[in-house]
Formats: sequence, structure tokens, C-alpha cells
Amino acid sequence: MTTKLASPGAPVTFNQETTHDLELTVRDLKLWYGDKQALHGIDLDVYQNNITALIGPSGCGKSTFLRCLNRMNDLIPSVRAEGEIMMEGKNVLSKQVDEVALRKKVGMVFQKPNPFPKSIYENIAYAPRMHDIVSKGSEQDELVERSLRAAGLWDEVKDQLDKPGTSLSGGQQQRLCIARTIAVQPSVILMDEPTSALDPISTATIEELMHELKQDFTIVVVTHNMQQAARVADYTAFFHLGKVIEYNDTATMFSTPEKQQTEDYITGRYG
Amino acid sequence: MAQSLDDISRQLKKRHRKSARMKWLSMSALIAAGIFLLFFLADMLIKGMPAFQQAYIQVEVDYNERAAELPLAAVEADYRELVSRGYLRLIPGRMAEDDSLLGTTQTEWVLADDAVDQYLKGGKARLKDKQVAVIDRMVEEGRAELRFNTGFFTNGDSKLPEMAGLASAAIGSVLVLIVTLAFAFPVGVMTAVYLEEFAPDNRFTRFLEININNLAAIPSILFGLLGLAIFINFFGAPRSSALAGGLTLGLMTLPIIIITSRAALRAVPDSIRQAAYGVGATRWQTVRDHVLPLSMPGILTGSIIGLAQALGETAPLIIIGMIAYIPDAPGSFTQAATVLPAQIFTWAGMPESAYVERTAAGILVLLSVLITLNATAVYLRKKFEHRW
Repeated sequence: MTTKLASPGAPVTFNQETTHDLELTVRDLKLWYGDKQALHGIDLDVYQNNITALIGPSGCGKSTFLRCLNRMNDLIPSVRAEGEIMMEGKNVLSKQVDEVALRKKVGMVFQKPNPFPKSIYENIAYAPRMHDIVSKGSEQDELVERSLRAAGLWDEVKDQLDKPGTSLSGGQQQRLCIARTIAVQPSVILMDEPTSALDPISTATIEELMHELKQDFTIVVVTHNMQQAARVADYTAFFHLGKVIEYNDTATMFSTPEKQQTEDYITGRYG
Repeated sequence: MAQSLDDISRQLKKRHRKSARMKWLSMSALIAAGIFLLFFLADMLIKGMPAFQQAYIQVEVDYNERAAELPLAAVEADYRELVSRGYLRLIPGRMAEDDSLLGTTQTEWVLADDAVDQYLKGGKARLKDKQVAVIDRMVEEGRAELRFNTGFFTNGDSKLPEMAGLASAAIGSVLVLIVTLAFAFPVGVMTAVYLEEFAPDNRFTRFLEININNLAAIPSILFGLLGLAIFINFFGAPRSSALAGGLTLGLMTLPIIIITSRAALRAVPDSIRQAAYGVGATRWQTVRDHVLPLSMPGILTGSIIGLAQALGETAPLIIIGMIAYIPDAPGSFTQAATVLPAQIFTWAGMPESAYVERTAAGILVLLSVLITLNATAVYLRKKFEHRW
């Protein structure tokens, strides 16, 4: 089967056979900050249980695009978005979809680790309790353990669950944030340059973690680091000036890019 | 040709001299401020410390039939003028309460008249020579002495200087502050939460913001007029009551609480809000569970400072009718009450030297309460300060 792919020019098709189901389909997404247009008609398909990386130079709109997927941009008053982001047959940009419900379904990990200034336990337990996923007590304890295990943090923190989350190291904090996100049991996890504030060892840990997490979740990751995209992503989209220049499976993208611009970027000629 | 190091040094001398001069000038400003403060404190201490002591004399009290009608008869003629009339007034009541007193003569330490008090403290006193002789003899015999003035803290205001204390004003202040806090804190914090976390940034909210900042700079007496118009004339709160006074001071404190709370809310980094939104919290959940707890130390600090200001305020209370002679402590929020600074103001207008020292002592008490409040604010801020 071939999948029609989004690109400003001629449609691109994957070379490889793919049987992946679609998690999100983005069609003609446009976004303005006040009068300034930041996204010029993005078309992109996000596949279930895959890692999709968004790469591109600073200011190309990849983070803005990522924040559309769980409507974090709604928090900025001057932002206006048009187009379609279809999930479960609904356009998540429309008013019919409650952004709070969407954010439960589409979790997010931020660039700078931002655990709540509460205990490690409370960092994980807060949101599930809020969403009535668990009740207080052993059920909650189990979920905290399961989430921390899934984020590969359990062995490091099991004896200090009542310590503040902010007392952990940067890499641990970021894994705590990942554990916090998966505790809500989302379908999609958005990661906005999750390792840019971390050292190489912590980065490697997070990348391994991402590989494990894609068994259960769909991951969309923004990264500045092209090696990282090459290492972790199944699909990669190259953004430039608010457009998707090229979108393909990662291996093809990095070995035989179709567009000159993509090649220039991934070979380090600019960006 | 390039300048040599020596040339440059020579030119620099002048600039260094000027720099040193400015350093001394700015330091002397600080020193001047310090001297004024010291002078004020020393003056208050010297004037106010005597008020914490009060003269007592030992006399024989004869509880006879006549004394029940005419208390003066209970004390020997020599001492009649020396005993506080406030004490004498109590005799009939005590006799009525305790029948066994009738017909007995007891040697008692009793509160002395303020003239005796002032004489013992070495001040000018309107005493006759004969009385002075009596007192001197009593001092020699150990029958007259200065004791700690508990009455200053347990009595209300009085027309007899030796009886006057600030208990009723202190209770009035507490009641007023309770009303102020109960009104201004929730309203102020919720206003700040709305403006900071919910309100869109448009011309209307910017207009509100400017006006709230202006409110903080309005002369406080105008809040008195507002309080009179709204709380007393419109809502019918009783005049001079802690309720009317507290609400009026609450109006005055509101802008301070709003401004400091907004600053505290704004200091919470956006990453915390994003984290909460990111796991699917609503705006209110984000504010209640994360932003408010983190900004609470700042909000409390601002509120305490606002309260401290309300505690020291007199001008708006003039119009509410709280600057008055109110000897009895108010038993409820609707009874006539006065407050500490108002009590100080009332005493400051009295000619007797016993009132003069009470004025200074009242200021000392008010100052210590204010310093305690501000220290609490600093302590709270330091203790719950968050780092991220």
C-alpha cells in the first residue's frame, strides 16, 4: 500500500510498504500569531505507535505545529488556527472538542523539565486523580509505580517518593515528566525538544525510553538534533518557514532526500 | 602618541575623588535617616516608658456604713486626695457584693491619683505642700511605690488618667482587622486571580489595572467618605462600629492586596501552568492546585503588609466616627469601638502629663505590633520561598 503524503509540491509516496494505522491527520493547517502567519497550510499524517520527528531550523513552525496538536496554542490570546486536525473522526480544532479532554488524550513533555514543585508521588498521582482514573489508596499507588517503571525511573526514586520532584537531576526530572504524562493514559505523547536541556547520557536514556514507549503510544517529537531524529524516529518531517518541505520515513529522508532544501539542511549547510 | 599609564592615572585622580565624594554623600543620607529614626525611637521610649509603671499607695480602707453611700469616707482625710477616684468609686460595689466587708478595716495597696503618680516619677505635679509631705513620708515607710502598670493593658479609656488603658482600643483593633481581613483578603485575591489568570488582555482590563493602581495612591480619608456613603448611609451599618470601620479599611487595603497578589501570581513561572494544562487541568484546577499554592507566600506577605497599614490608619476612621471616647471594649462587631491609633490620637489631645506618657506608650505598643506583623511577613516569605 502506498500512502499519499503531504507536501507543498507534488504528492510524495512512501517507498516502503506500510500497514500503520493513522492516529492524526492534519490537513491545510494554518496558524497566525496576530497578523503574522506562522503555519502555511500543513498537511501531515501521524501513524499510530510510531515516532514522528519534526525537524527544521529555528522559527520554522515545528513547535507551533506541535502545540496545535493538543491546542496549547489556545492559551496565547492572539493565536488563530484554521484547518483540520482529525483524531477519532473529529476535528480537534473545532469547538466541539473540549481542549481539556484533548489534552488528556494527547499528552505533552516540554523542552525544559517542569515537574510540579510537589513530591515525586504527587507529580504522578495528581492528574490521574483529577481525571478520576484512579481513586486514592492502593490503586493510586499502583499507577504511580507503573508509570514510574514505564519511564524507567522507579528503581532510582522508589525510596524517595515523598521528596520534591524538583530535587531530581535534569534527566530524572524529564523522565518524571514523561511518567506524569503517561500516567494520564494518553494515546499520543508530544515531545517538544525533550532532550535539549540534558546531557548526552540522559539524552540516550530518554531516547531508549522513547523506543519502548512507542509500543503503547504514538509519539511526535520536535528536535533540533538531526542525529536524534535519525536514531529514534520512524518518520521525519522537515519544516521550513511554516511549511512541510518533505515528509518521509526516516531512513529514506536521511539517505535520499527528494528536495534540495532538505538535503542542504540535513547535511548541515544551514539551520 | 599613546598616553602613558602615569598620564592616565593623573587624570583619573579627579574622577576617583568625585566617586569617593558621592559615596560619602549617599552614605550620609542613610546616616541622617538613621539618626532621625533613632531620635524618634529614643524620644518615644523616654516619654513612654514611665507609662508602663503606675503609683500604688498603701492605705487603710474603712468599710463603714457611710462608705457605702460616700466612698470618700472609707479613707482617712489625709489620703483622700491621694487615692484614685476610680478606686474609690468601686468601694460601694465591692461592699454590696461581699457583706463580710462591712465594719472591717483593711490595709490595702490601692491605685494612686495621677498627681501622686507623676510626683513619684519626678515630674511636675499639682500637689499641695502638705500632700507632698504625706507622700514623702509614705515613700520612706515603704507605703508608696511604682509597680508595673497592668491597668494600661486591661482597662479601657478613662477620664481619670491613672485609670486609662488601651484594652478597649486593642480589642476594637482586633475586631476591625478581622472584618478587614474577612472582606479584603478573599475579594482581593480573587480579583487578582481573575485579572492575572482568566481575564483577556484588552482595553477594559488595562483600564481596570490602571485604576486599581491609582486607588492605592488615593488619600485614605477619601475611603472614609466612601465608607460613610456606602456602608453606613446605604447599607445601614452602625456608626462607629468595628463592622463599618473594618469594611472601610478593607476598601483601603483592597488595592494593596490586589497589586501584591498579582505580582505573586505573575512570579509563578509559566512552565508550571503549561505542565498543568498539559496533563488536562482546567484553568481553575491549574490556579487552585498549582499557581495559588505557589504564590501564597507572596499573597500572604502582601496581605499582612496591607493589614499592618490598616492597623495604623486613622484618617478614614474619623469620618466613620471611630475617633471618640469609648471606654468600654466592644462586645460585638456592631457596637461602638475605637482602635489603637485613634486612642493615641485622643490621648495626644489631653493636657495631663499622665496622658502624654500614655500617648508615647501607646505608640510603642502599636509600633511593636506593626514590627511583629512585618517580621511575620518577612518570615513567611523566607520560609515558603520557592526556587525553580
